[in-house]
Amino acid sequence: MAEQVWTLAGKPNCRLLRPSILLLMALVLVLLGTAVREPDRLQVVTQSRMAYPQPKVLTPSRTDVLVLTPWLAPIVWEGTFNSDILNVQFQLQNTTVGLTVFAIKKYVVFLKLFLETAEKHFMAGHRVIYYVFTDRPDAVPRVALGPGRRLQVLRARPYARWQDVSMRRMQMLSEAAEQRFLREVDYLVCADVDMQFHDHVGVEILSPLFGTLHPAFYGRPREAFTYERRPQSQAHIPWDEGDFYYMGAFFGGSVPEVQRLTKACHQAMLADRANGIEAVWHDESHLNKYLLYHKPTKVLSPEYMWDQQLLGWPSVLRKLRFVAVPKNHQEIRKSESGGQPTGSPEGAGRAGRAAGN
Amino acid sequence: MHRKRLAWSLGLCLLAGASLWVLWVSVQNWLPVSYLPYYLPCPEVLSQYPQPKLLLEHRPTELLTLTPWLAPIVSEGTFDPELLQHIYQPLNLTIGVTVFAMGKYTRFVQRFLESAEKFFMRGYRVHYYVFTHDPAAIPRVPLGPGRHLSVIPTQGHSHWEEISMRRMEAISRHIAGRAHGEVDYLFCLDVDMVFRNPWGPETLGDLVAAIHPGYYAVPRQQFPYERRPVSTAFVADGEGDFYYGGAVFGGQLARLYEFTRGCHMAILADKANGIMAAWQEESHLNRRFISHKPSKVLSPEYLWDDRKPQPPSLKLIRFSTLDKDGGWLRN
Repeated sequence: MAEQVWTLAGKPNCRLLRPSILLLMALVLVLLGTAVREPDRLQVVTQSRMAYPQPKVLTPSRTDVLVLTPWLAPIVWEGTFNSDILNVQFQLQNTTVGLTVFAIKKYVVFLKLFLETAEKHFMAGHRVIYYVFTDRPDAVPRVALGPGRRLQVLRARPYARWQDVSMRRMQMLSEAAEQRFLREVDYLVCADVDMQFHDHVGVEILSPLFGTLHPAFYGRPREAFTYERRPQSQAHIPWDEGDFYYMGAFFGGSVPEVQRLTKACHQAMLADRANGIEAVWHDESHLNKYLLYHKPTKVLSPEYMWDQQLLGWPSVLRKLRFVAVPKNHQEIRKSESGGQPTGSPEGAGRAGRAAGN
Repeated sequence: MHRKRLAWSLGLCLLAGASLWVLWVSVQNWLPVSYLPYYLPCPEVLSQYPQPKLLLEHRPTELLTLTPWLAPIVSEGTFDPELLQHIYQPLNLTIGVTVFAMGKYTRFVQRFLESAEKFFMRGYRVHYYVFTHDPAAIPRVPLGPGRHLSVIPTQGHSHWEEISMRRMEAISRHIAGRAHGEVDYLFCLDVDMVFRNPWGPETLGDLVAAIHPGYYAVPRQQFPYERRPVSTAFVADGEGDFYYGGAVFGGQLARLYEFTRGCHMAILADKANGIMAAWQEESHLNRRFISHKPSKVLSPEYLWDDRKPQPPSLKLIRFSTLDKDGGWLRN
């Protein structure tokens, strides 16, 4: 065939043939080359020399709180970590963090404060992509973003009941994780929108799977946790089980792990729906069930999920990092047609549960 | 006619290129399992351990339990052994152990293996790799089910320092050549030691180091780092977290390979400059652990010197020196 090609190329009306064949061969070679290149999954990261105080083996960093779970996952409190060391470790791997937030219907009003405070306190110095799921893309405010940070608006279907809005987040997250997050970010942080960043929230939270301690239950016995207690529900947890009560408003991990978690929760909720039952705290109940069986590799202290209005500022919290924005539940939940608001408090207002006990 | 055939072959090339590209993209998008997750399939254990207490009334342990880069420091009381067993057992892991029994050190293999059979990773698949110049000198120690031993013939050297330095090269070669098909995690231990208490899955991690028993209460300026700037193992005065012992380190194969290879390269560079680090490979290991921080640190319970009195802060000594007189052995 090669001979035929060259003889053909000699003819005047096929002069373009030879260069185009060369071009095609070059293209195929390039594609082959890129396909054969080693996927750089394992990056050898060498930390440059740094100055910081020596850790002391005989001096615990905190004596008032537990900093390690029984399965050896760190519980992140102020004083347990050195941000300089961690920043270097994650920067060397060129870590990109995705922050997902859902602003459905009237909740778009919380976006401005959320994003502005995130710009100040969330993952400073690292690459960030904000994923804003909304049914009102025009209402997403234009917030000035720092270098290496961008915002992506994703369309979300608005459900009529606020419970469904909350629960369908799991479905939307698991779908988006497969379709785009896997390619765009290394870690995902899934947060409620009616919150603001008040202090540093950085790479110390990043790990394959993390949950956050609910501010109302961190000192309580497991019998007081508001797990789903009915055996008919997929989210059922018996009275003598449970490590912590995790808050549905702040969880995350590596993209594959978050994809597994959100998919499992969504499927569990579908099973419940088929059985005519809805878990007492909706997606949060299912999240707690999942994290009981799939222990998180890091647990965040209530510094990362607080409501100062309801709970004050106890001395065990040296910093309040991510806090609730005061909101009028009745007002925000009224449907657009002017119907009655339904159900019990959600979002950061769930912190108020302890006050009522 | 020729033109038509040419057009067909061009089209075929394009198709081949396109399908190669699609294949590459799909390979990239496979969910990577780059670590072992915490899964707990059997629910029975969930009600069998007490709820962790978040607010402490008193100090449970006097030791630091988290490094500043959030790696756990493992000691008695920080973990629940039964819970960890239920998490790790179903993962069907195989744990490898390398020991070097060169020269007269073959006499330690018996007690090492016997104590390992009693205390090391009970209930797991274990593969011992004994590197020795004299395979005939390795005793036959009865092993439990799922536990194997391989003797790896290794070239001997006249000086014990040389033997010590060659370990990094041997381990990295071994991981690349054989271990990666046989084990999930690997520990590299000194042979002149004995297990005295359980050593379990609490020690598993991506890259694991152990704190040297002689320096855990000492300021970093007094750590026996290599202090000559010409050496690749040089550590400056204000640097360093802990002084790690060369007798215990380990981790997941990929990370461990990079670690041991890096140490080996540094040792070679020193050799080319005619210098040997103060504590041989331990100096290089310590240098490397500063810039490639371990993901898990073992307290001195996992690397103890029996000649030292046991302090109250260390509750359970698990792995310690075999009582021997070192002087005549080194000749």
